[in-house]
Amino acid sequence: MGWEMTASLVVFFVLAALAVIGALSLIIQKHPIHSALSLIVVMVALAGLYLLMGAEFVAAVQIIVYGGAIMVLFVFVIMLLNAGVEEHTSISKMAGVPGLLLVVALAGFVAAAIARSAASVQSVSQSGTMSSTKEISGMIFKDFVYPFELTSFLILVAILGATVLAQREKS
Amino acid sequence: MNSFLAANAELLITIVKIVLLLFIVLTVNAYLTWFERKVVAHIQSRWGPHRVGPHGLLQPLADGVKFLFKEDPTPAGVDKFVYFLAPLLALSLALTSIALIPFGPDPIRLFGHVIYLGIAPPDVNIGILALFAITAMGVYGVALAGWSSNNKYSLFGGLRSSAQMISYELALTMSVVGVLLMAGSFNLKDIINAQAHHPEWGILGWNVWPQILGFFCFFVAAIADTNRAPFDLPEAEQELVGGFHTEYASFKFAMFFIAEYTNMITVSCLCSIMFFGGWLSPFPASWTFTHYLPSAVLIPFGLWVIWDGIRYETIFGRVILPVVGTAITALGAVFVFASNVNEFIQGPFWLLSKILVFLFVYVWMRGTLPRFRYDQLMSFGWKLLLPVSIVNVVLTSFAILAKMQWGGK
Amino acid sequence: MVPTNYYVILSAILFGLGVFAFIFKRNIITIFMSIELMLNAVNLAFVAFSQALGKLDGQVFVLFVIVVAAAEAAVGLGIIILIARNRQTLNVERVDLLKL
Repeated sequence: MGWEMTASLVVFFVLAALAVIGALSLIIQKHPIHSALSLIVVMVALAGLYLLMGAEFVAAVQIIVYGGAIMVLFVFVIMLLNAGVEEHTSISKMAGVPGLLLVVALAGFVAAAIARSAASVQSVSQSGTMSSTKEISGMIFKDFVYPFELTSFLILVAILGATVLAQREKS
Repeated sequence: MNSFLAANAELLITIVKIVLLLFIVLTVNAYLTWFERKVVAHIQSRWGPHRVGPHGLLQPLADGVKFLFKEDPTPAGVDKFVYFLAPLLALSLALTSIALIPFGPDPIRLFGHVIYLGIAPPDVNIGILALFAITAMGVYGVALAGWSSNNKYSLFGGLRSSAQMISYELALTMSVVGVLLMAGSFNLKDIINAQAHHPEWGILGWNVWPQILGFFCFFVAAIADTNRAPFDLPEAEQELVGGFHTEYASFKFAMFFIAEYTNMITVSCLCSIMFFGGWLSPFPASWTFTHYLPSAVLIPFGLWVIWDGIRYETIFGRVILPVVGTAITALGAVFVFASNVNEFIQGPFWLLSKILVFLFVYVWMRGTLPRFRYDQLMSFGWKLLLPVSIVNVVLTSFAILAKMQWGGK
Repeated sequence: MVPTNYYVILSAILFGLGVFAFIFKRNIITIFMSIELMLNAVNLAFVAFSQALGKLDGQVFVLFVIVVAAAEAAVGLGIIILIARNRQTLNVERVDLLKL
C-alpha cells in the first residue's frame, strides 16, 4: 500500500515537472515552432495526469483533439506564415522581472485560496468504473444534451468562419 | 538477487516482452520490404531481388548495412532540433502503437506468472481510442520533417502529406464507430469477443458482414493515412522533386521508412481485429480437426523449402534453404504432437495469417493501381469517404435500436 | 493517492505561466498558444475536482472546454492569417493602427 502510494506520487511529480518545464519552455523559446512543440509536451503531460487520475476517456480525447488536431493547426499556420524568430523590443525586458513576481503572486494566491477551500474535499480512490465512456456519454446525451447541440452549432459556425476568413480575395 | 527478481517480476517481464516485440517488429519490417519488392516485381513480370542470398532473402540485410554506412549529411540552415526530432517522433509513435495490440487470447503461465501476448494488459478500457490517439500524433513527424528541411519542395510535400493524413483520419475514426457500437466497448479484446457470440458461425460471425461499408471506409482511409499507394502522391514526389523526406539521408530516412511500414502493420492488425475476428478461427468451433491447420500449412511449406533448396543454384542457397525448411517442418511437427501448445498457438496463427493477407492486399494495390492526383485525393476523402462513414454510423445505430426494440422480446 | 491540492497547485502554476506568456510575448501565435495553456490548466483543475468529488460533471465540462477551444483556435488562426497577410507582420506591437 505504501509502495503504491509512492509510485503514484513519483509519476505525478515527473508528469508535473514535464508540464511546468514545457510551459517555461513555451515562454523562453524564441521561435514559435519550438513554443508549439513545448505546448504539445505540456498537453501530453496533462493527458498523462488525467490517466493517473483515472479519467481515461478525457485523456484520450485530450491527445486526439488537442494534441492531434488543434496543435497541428497551430503548426500548419506557423509553417504557412513562415513565422520567424521573434524580434526584441526594449519595453518587455524592463517589465519582465516585476511581471514575473506579480504572476507568481497571482498563481500563489489562486492556489492558496483553492487549496484552503479544497482541504475539506476528500480525495476518492481511483475507480475506473466511475469514468467509463458509457457513463460520460450517458451524461452528455441526457443531462447535457442542450449544451451538446449548441456546441455542434458552434463548430459549424467556426468552420464557416475559418473558411471565409482564410479565403484569398477574388480579384 | 532472487528477491529483486521476484519483487519486480512484472516490470522485468514487460521489459523482456518489449525487447522481443521490438526485435520481431523490426525483422518483420525488413522482410516486408523484401515481400513488397518481390510481389510488385512479379506483378510487373520481372524477378525482383534474387541475387543477394537465396531468393533475395538477404536483401533487407544488405539494405540495412547500406543505410548504416551511408554518409549522413545535415543540410545547411535546418532547424537542428526539429530536424533530428521528426524521424525520431515518427518512428517512436509508430512502434508505440504496436504495444497496444493483443496477439492472442490466452496467456502463457510460467512459474506462476501470467504473461499475456501483447505488451499492454488486456484490460485497457480505451484500447482503440488510445491507438487512434497515437496515430493522430503521427502527423507531426511528417509536418515537422517537411518544415525543418529548409527546402520549399520539402515544405510543400510535408504540408500536403500531413493535410492528407488529418483529412483521412476523420473518416478512419468514424468508420470504426459502427464496430464500437456493436461491441459496446473500446477494449480490443471485447471487440473480438463480441464477434465470437455465435461460435458455430465461424466466419459468418465476423464484423465485416454487417459492417461492410465501415470496412471499406476503414481500409481506404487507412491506406491514405499511411501514405501508401494509390494515395502516395506527396511521397512519390520524391521520384520527381522531393517529398518531406528529401533532405533526410541514410539513417533518418530509414527511420521514416520503418515508421511507414510499421504503420502499415498496425493498420493491418486493426483491420483484422475489428472486422475480421482477430484471433478467431473462420471455421465453426465444433470442427476441432481444423486445429491441425497450422501444422497442415507449415509442414508442406517446410518440405517445399527443403526441396527447392536442394535444387537451388548457389551453394549458399543449397545449404541455408534446407536448414530453414527443416526448422519449419520441425515446428509444424511439434504442433501436431504437443496438443496444449497447439491450442495455444491457434489464436496467434489466425491473427498473423489475417495480418499477412492484409499486407499482401496493401502491396498488391501498390503494384496495380495508379496514383490519385492531390485534389482528387482530398475531394475523395472529404466528399465521399467521410459522408459514407457517417451514413454507416447512422445505419448501424438504427439497426441496433431496431434490434433492441423488436429483437429482444 | 495524490491529494487533490497537488493537482490544483499545478493547475494554478500553469495558469500563471500562461498569463505571463500572454502578457510578455510579442508573437501573436505564441500569445494564442498561451491562451490554450491557460485553458489546459483550467481543464486540469476540472478533472481533479471531478475525481475528488466522485462525479463526472467535471469531465463532461472538460470535453466541452476542449471543443470550444478547438472552435476558437480555428477562427483565431483564420484571423491571424488575415492579419499576417494584410500587415505582413506577426508582431503584435506592429498592429497598432488604432493607437492614438
